Amino acid sequence: MPHTAPASVELRDRPALLEARGLAYARNDEPVFGPLDFTLHPGEVVLVEGDNGAGKTTLLRLLSGLLAPTSGEIRLAGEPLTLARLSPQVALLSHANGLKPELTAIENLRFAAGLLGLRSGLSPTTVLAGVGLAGYDDVPTRKLSAGQKKRVALARVLLAPVGLWLLDEPYANLDRDGIQLVNRLLENHANRGGAALITSHGAYAYTSGTPRRIPLRADANRSDA
Amino acid sequence: MRSGSTAAACAALVRRDLTLVWRRRGDAANPILFALIVVALFPLALGPEPEQLRRIAAGVVFVAILLAGLLALDTLFRSDYEDGSLEQLVLSPHPLSLLLACKIAVHWFTTALPLIIVSPLLGELLHLAEPLRGLLPLALLLATPLLSLLGAVCVALTVGMYRSGMLLALLVLPLYVPVLIFGAGACNAAQAGLPFAAPLLWLGAALVLALVLAPLACAAALRISLS
Amino acid sequence: MNALTLWFHKTGSPPTAYRLAGRIMPWCYGLGLVLGLVALYGGLVLAPRDYQQGDAYRIIFIHVPCAWMSLFAYFFMAANAFIALVWRIKLSEVLAMAAAPIGAAFTFITLVTGSIWGKPMWGTWWTWDARLTSELVLLFLYLGVIGLHAAIEDRRQAARAAGFLALIGIVNIPIVHFSVNWWNTLHQGSTVRLMGPSKIDASMIWPLLLMALATHVWFFGSVLARTRIGLLELDGGKDWVRAIALDDDKEAHA
Repeated sequence: MPHTAPASVELRDRPALLEARGLAYARNDEPVFGPLDFTLHPGEVVLVEGDNGAGKTTLLRLLSGLLAPTSGEIRLAGEPLTLARLSPQVALLSHANGLKPELTAIENLRFAAGLLGLRSGLSPTTVLAGVGLAGYDDVPTRKLSAGQKKRVALARVLLAPVGLWLLDEPYANLDRDGIQLVNRLLENHANRGGAALITSHGAYAYTSGTPRRIPLRADANRSDA
Repeated sequence: MRSGSTAAACAALVRRDLTLVWRRRGDAANPILFALIVVALFPLALGPEPEQLRRIAAGVVFVAILLAGLLALDTLFRSDYEDGSLEQLVLSPHPLSLLLACKIAVHWFTTALPLIIVSPLLGELLHLAEPLRGLLPLALLLATPLLSLLGAVCVALTVGMYRSGMLLALLVLPLYVPVLIFGAGACNAAQAGLPFAAPLLWLGAALVLALVLAPLACAAALRISLS
Repeated sequence: MNALTLWFHKTGSPPTAYRLAGRIMPWCYGLGLVLGLVALYGGLVLAPRDYQQGDAYRIIFIHVPCAWMSLFAYFFMAANAFIALVWRIKLSEVLAMAAAPIGAAFTFITLVTGSIWGKPMWGTWWTWDARLTSELVLLFLYLGVIGLHAAIEDRRQAARAAGFLALIGIVNIPIVHFSVNWWNTLHQGSTVRLMGPSKIDASMIWPLLLMALATHVWFFGSVLARTRIGLLELDGGKDWVRAIALDDDKEAHA
């Protein structure tokens, strides 16, 4: 992929990697968020900010094709989003880490590599070292701390040969080093032409560069319910 | 940047699930113990007369194994749902139905196959008739994969619920009725000296059909439950 | 978009469907009641006594139409569930879930009347007759659909999951029927055939068919009534529901 900056004219002309138009979601007729418009281009990191319960997780589940929007639409590279088109190019980090507590860190990563594929030039061991867990290869995941588990889950995202990262609260449970690690990973990902959409309740923001921020709020008419 | 092959993904999934069963091997004996206890309850309730027990032996073993399988069904997706790996499966670039077929196969292999292996012992406890000693495991071999496949579809529908035990039984058992009728019916027909090939062939035909359709249905049900 | 799909979208939109259902529903109930009363008169008064069963056979004027309805309601539910799952039409979700409890009620009535009929005929409340057993499994299928629908919090997800189960059930119904028949022949000795090959007299057949018609019309009436409530529940926060609620308020205070 070319290392072009997102602002270049050539990129602006191409359809966005991910585009939401009038996106809204309601559960049992109670609006969760929206309507929301935004675009995500290759080489960009977008930060979705919102308080607890503002619908950040729901937004990520919509963008990953697990949920269908109540109204509005999501386009992937200019075409309507479907799970089949999305899945070869997305890695999702959700609240649940997707790690098996009985398996070791390296076993979890090997499984992820088998399921999702492996980015060229990487191996489960090097990636684990890359997230600061060198030497933890054979430790069962249940013995790791919450922050360390988060790092293993980040390693899983890093391994997958995909261009789009959807990360739900990647900073949660991490120490200062961990937060810097996430920022570094995001920067590298953006520099090689990848795109990332991350959520945060605002306490630790992605500081490198000037990420675009999307404020997320529930619809105003919820208050009278 | 390329994703791996589907075969590699299935192999990774099978290896992981087998490893998990091995790490939790203490739980593996539970269905067998359950079936053993259920079978042992019948002589206690009905009396120890061998003739009476022999008449109901095949049916009781069948029902006990069916119920043990029902209890084991819950573990099929439960932990994967809770720790988020089910989401990862759905989001993987490979056909979900194929991955689920692998999961169901491993689940059958680790929960139902041991039950089939102990079924002669269960039969012996109830004085199972001589000619049924070979037939009962054969009927179970055809029936239990069907039970696992049908059950998987229903588990997929209830996967997001906290207390799904009774509801799962309500969803699954009506679907199990034909399997039970043909499986146990073949044994009863053989015991009565009647031809018993037809019900077994029906089971086989249904199994082939379910092998193709149930994983697809299971994938569709799972997508509904995760939404 | 051609005229037909346009018509579908217009009629399928909740406010239109709500109004339309409200207009048709009373006619269904009225017609069902009149037809049902005429059929009952025909069946209980005009039709002759059976030379074998005496007056006891007259329960078929309830039992048989209900048995037919128990299947018809399931097909109706499954057809709507199919439309709801494939085209994601809200109205079909509501229609399918509205039909489930009504179908279950018909199934239950079939089982109860069958058992009441069984007492004088067979001398026992319950016998493992093929048809009664199939009907019992059908009741469990209905209860599964209703239970699943009730257990999921998100109403639309609940309707889709339960609709999916209804579709699995529709595949299962013929298999259950076939397997139970086979099972019944295996144990022939212990059962009695309910309705032999004997011909039924014309004076008995017309009330039966009329009652079948009455139950169908009544079924649609109650499906529509339940659908109206389902639509209100599903669209609780929408403007058209607010408008209806405010209108009702005005009438109440006027």
